[in-house]
Amino acid sequence: MLNNQGRQTDVGTASQQTSNNFTTHSGNRGLEQDELLIYEIGDTKRTGVDLEEVWDFEPRLGGVTRDNEIGLAGLTEPETMRHYTRLSRKNYAIDMGLYPLGSCTMKHNPRLNEKVARLPGLGDIHPLQPISTVQGALEVMDNLAHWLKTLTGMPAVAMSPKAGAHGELCGLMAIRAALDKRGENRSIILAPESAHGTNPATATLCGYKVKSIPANKQGRVDLDALKSALTPDVAAIMLTNPNTCGLFERDIIEIAKAVHSIGGYFYCDGANFNAIVGKVRPGDLGVDAMHINLHKTFSTPHGGGGPGAGPVVLSKALEPFAPVPYVIHGDHGFELVEHISDKGDSKDSFGRMTAFHGQMGMNIRALAFMMSHGADGLARVAEDSVLNANYILASLKDVMTASFEGPCMHECLFDDRFLHGTGVATLDFAKAMIDEGYHPMTMYFPLVVHGAMLIEPTESESKQSVDQFIGSLRHLVTEAKAGNKELFSGAPYLAPLRRLDETLAARSPILRWSKPENE
Amino acid sequence: MRYLPLSQSDRHEMLATIGVSHINDLFKDVPKSALLKEPVDLPNHKSEMEVDREMRALAGKNIPAGSVPFFCGAGAYRHYVPSTVDHLIQRGEFLTAYTPYQPEISQGTLQALYEFQSQVAQITGMEVSNASMYDGSTACGEAVLMARRVSRKKKAILSGSLHPQYIEVVKTVTKFTDDVAVFNPVDTYAVDDLIAQIDDETSCVVVQNPDFFGNIQDFSKLAEALHEKNALLIVVVTEIVSLGAVRSPGSMGADIVVGEGQSIGNGLSFGGPYVGLFATRQKYVRTMPGRVCGQTVDADGKRGFVLTLSTREQHIRREKATSNICTNAGLCTLAFTIHMTLLGEKGFRHLAHLNHAKAVMLADKLSHIKGVKVLNKSFFNEFTISLPIDAAYAIEKMAEAKILGGVPLSRLYPDHENLKNQMLVAVTETVTEADMDLFVSELKEWVKC
Repeated sequence: MLNNQGRQTDVGTASQQTSNNFTTHSGNRGLEQDELLIYEIGDTKRTGVDLEEVWDFEPRLGGVTRDNEIGLAGLTEPETMRHYTRLSRKNYAIDMGLYPLGSCTMKHNPRLNEKVARLPGLGDIHPLQPISTVQGALEVMDNLAHWLKTLTGMPAVAMSPKAGAHGELCGLMAIRAALDKRGENRSIILAPESAHGTNPATATLCGYKVKSIPANKQGRVDLDALKSALTPDVAAIMLTNPNTCGLFERDIIEIAKAVHSIGGYFYCDGANFNAIVGKVRPGDLGVDAMHINLHKTFSTPHGGGGPGAGPVVLSKALEPFAPVPYVIHGDHGFELVEHISDKGDSKDSFGRMTAFHGQMGMNIRALAFMMSHGADGLARVAEDSVLNANYILASLKDVMTASFEGPCMHECLFDDRFLHGTGVATLDFAKAMIDEGYHPMTMYFPLVVHGAMLIEPTESESKQSVDQFIGSLRHLVTEAKAGNKELFSGAPYLAPLRRLDETLAARSPILRWSKPENE
Repeated sequence: MRYLPLSQSDRHEMLATIGVSHINDLFKDVPKSALLKEPVDLPNHKSEMEVDREMRALAGKNIPAGSVPFFCGAGAYRHYVPSTVDHLIQRGEFLTAYTPYQPEISQGTLQALYEFQSQVAQITGMEVSNASMYDGSTACGEAVLMARRVSRKKKAILSGSLHPQYIEVVKTVTKFTDDVAVFNPVDTYAVDDLIAQIDDETSCVVVQNPDFFGNIQDFSKLAEALHEKNALLIVVVTEIVSLGAVRSPGSMGADIVVGEGQSIGNGLSFGGPYVGLFATRQKYVRTMPGRVCGQTVDADGKRGFVLTLSTREQHIRREKATSNICTNAGLCTLAFTIHMTLLGEKGFRHLAHLNHAKAVMLADKLSHIKGVKVLNKSFFNEFTISLPIDAAYAIEKMAEAKILGGVPLSRLYPDHENLKNQMLVAVTETVTEADMDLFVSELKEWVKC
C-alpha cells in the first residue's frame, strides 16, 4: 500500500519540460499505453480457458484431420483482459464525448437495452427451436414490427435485413419483383447526386443502371430535372429524406406523385429518419419502401462498425413481394412463415435474404429504446436532434460557410469556403478537432459541395456539451484564419497515434500477422 | 425523459438563438399536410423498470437453450462463452464507437480487427481475410458474386448438401443479375459428382464442410479440377469450431472460404446478429467484398492500423463497387477475437476434440435405440439420424418434456417427404452425459409409440 501521507505533491515540483516532447523508456505515456499484438505477447501453448479432459475414443472425422499447427496465439485470462482493455482506451466513443458524424446518428446507447438483450429467454434461444418454445421471441418481432409500421404509417415491414444496405437491397428487390410480376422490364433507377454510395451499389446488384438527378440551388432535388428524367424505363427513384445535405425535400409529395404517375416506385433511404420520427410518417409522403437503420434512429450500438439492422417498411403495392421469413398471427399463437409456397401469401415473395430470421439481438434493443421513449418521447427525439443541429448552424454560420439556407433538419452542412486562403483543408480542420477532444464530423460527403463538413449532434447532447463544441470550432476557425497552419497540418498531436499513412497501407497491403521469417 | 438532456429552458434559449419561436418553425420545409398534429398511436414513455419488466415477461415465454438438455445446430451452435468476452465487448470504448474511419482515435477497434483477420486466415488456412460480413449465409452470397468477378464466368454450381438457407440466399442475390446458379438435389454432393458438372462456363463450385448433414469430405480433388478450368472452389464452414480438428479448406485448395463465426464468442440470439467470415487468396484481395484492415505507420513512424483498399467499396466506387456492403459485424467480430485469444491454439484444439468426443458418445448411445439410425459415416459435432416416426413430431413432444432435441429436416426441407423422419443432432461441450441420457430415454419413449 502506498502511504503518501504528508507527501502531497504541488505543481511547483514539476519541471520546465513540457509533456509534448517528454519521452519514456517503455514508450507508454502515463495512462496511454502501447500495446503489442496478441501474437507478440502470447504463444500457442498458453490458454485462458479450462476445459474438461477428453477420454480415449475412436474419431469419426473420415480421416480428414488437421495435423499441422494452426499458429493461434493464446493468452491467459488476466493477459486477455489487460490486452483488450488497453486497446479499448485507444478508441473514441459516444460514451466519451460528442460524436458529430453526419449521417451516422451517433447517439447515446442505453444500457438497459444491452441488459434485456442478454436475458436468457431472449439471448439464449436457437433460431430453429420448435415454434412453441419461442413465442416470446416472435412477439418481440411482432411488437417491433407494429412500432415501425405505426411510426412510418406503412402497412408492412420486412424484418430480416441485416443492415441499411441490406435493407436497400430488400426494397429494390421487392420493387424489381413487383415490376417483373407486371411483366415490365424497366432498367433505370434515379438517384440524386448527393446519394449515399450504397444506393448505386445496391441498384447494380438488382440489375439496374443508375441515372443521377442534379440538385437545385437550395440543396434539394431539382423537380423539373426529375420530371424530365421520368421516362417509362424508370423503375424507381431512390431518395434520402431528409436528404444528405440535412434538408427536408420540400417537394417530396410531388416527387412521389410524379414517380407513381409513370408507374415507378419510390424508395426512401431512411438513414436520416431520426430527424422526423414521431413527427412525420413516410407513408403520408408517398413512400413505397424505406429501410430503417435500427443502429441509428433506435440506438442499437454501432460497435465499431456493426452489427446493424435494416428492417424495411413496405407499401401495400410491395407487401406481397416481401422476403421470407415473417411472423403471422396463427390459431395457436405466433407462427413464422419460412418458406415460399405456391398457395399461401408468400407466393410472390422475392426470396430469402439471410439464414434464420434477422438481427434479433438488435430488434430487442430497438424495441426497448422505443418503449422507453414512447410516442411522446420519440417526437421529442426528432425535435431535440433538429434543435441541436440548428443551434450549431446558427452559432457557427458567421464564421463557417453554411452550404444552404436553413433551417436544417438533424444535421447541418458546411463547406470549405471559409477556409479559402488559409492553406487549411477540410481534412486538416477535422484532424485538429481530434486534439480538441472530438471525433471529426463527416467529411467530403455529400459530394455536392466542396470540402463538405456534415455535423450531426443528435438529441443526446446537452446544451452545455453543444456550447463547448461550438466554442472549440470557433477557436479552430480563428486559428486557421490567423495563419496557424501547423495546428492543422500536423494534427492530431494528442491522439494515441499521429496521422497514419493510408497510401502506404493500400499500396502494399499487410492484412494479417505472419511469423517473422528469422524465427 | 431520462435519455434527453435538454431542459425546457434550454430549448427556449436555443430557439431564441436560432431566431424562431416554436420548434415546428424548424420543420417548416415539411409539407403542412404531413406534419403530424397528434402523437402517433403508440404508448407513451416508460421507466427503465417498467421496460425491464415487460421484456422479462416476453423472455419468460421462451425456453432458453441453457435451461434444458439442448441439441440444436444446423448452422447455429451453443458454445460456452467465457465471461471475459462479454465484459470486454461492453466497454463503452468498443460498444459505442463507429466504424474506424478516423484511425488516430480508433486503434482499439482497428488492432482488434487486424488480430481477427489474422485468426480467421489461420483457422481457414487462407492468406487473407476481410473484417467480417453480416453472417455466414450473406458471406456465401458475396463469395459467389466474387467468383464471377475473378473468373469472369457466370455459372456457379452449388452442392446439394450446402445449408438450404444458404442456397436460398444465393438464389436471391443472383436472381436479378445474369448469373447462373446450378442447384443440385440434396443427395448430390460427392466430389466426383460435382467434378462431373464442371464446364468452361463454371465460375465456382460451392461446398460445405462439414456439410449440412454433418459429413466431412476432402475437397482437394475438386479444387484441382476447378483450377484446371480457371474456376474457384468456395468452401462454406458453418461450425467454425470444426477447424480445430478437421483439415482446413485452405490446405485442400479452396480459393474462398466463408464461414459462420457465431460459435466463437457469440450467443445464439435467435439467429442474429452473427459474424460472417470471409477469407481468400492474397491475389484476389482487390476483388474481395467488405471492409479490410491493414498495417501501416503514423507520422512518427509508429506502427498503426487503418481501413484500407477502400477503392473497392461503395462509398468510393458507387455503382462499380465490389459489394453494397457498408456495415460489418464489428462487435461480434470483437467477441470472436477475444474468445479465440482466450482459447489460443491449445484451447481451440481441445475444444474441437471435446466437441467431437461428445458427439461420438451420443451417436453411439442413439444408435443403440431400436429403430434409430445414425446416417453419417463421418461427422464432427453434428450428425443426422433417422427415426421410425416423423422427426418434427418427436422433437415437439420432447420439447413438451423440456428437451430441445435437435432440428427436424422437414423444418428446412418442407417439400422432401423422404427426409421427414430425419433430424440433425448437435453436441457441443455444453452438453453433459446426463443431458444425453435424458435425451436418449425420452426419444426411446416416442420411438416406441
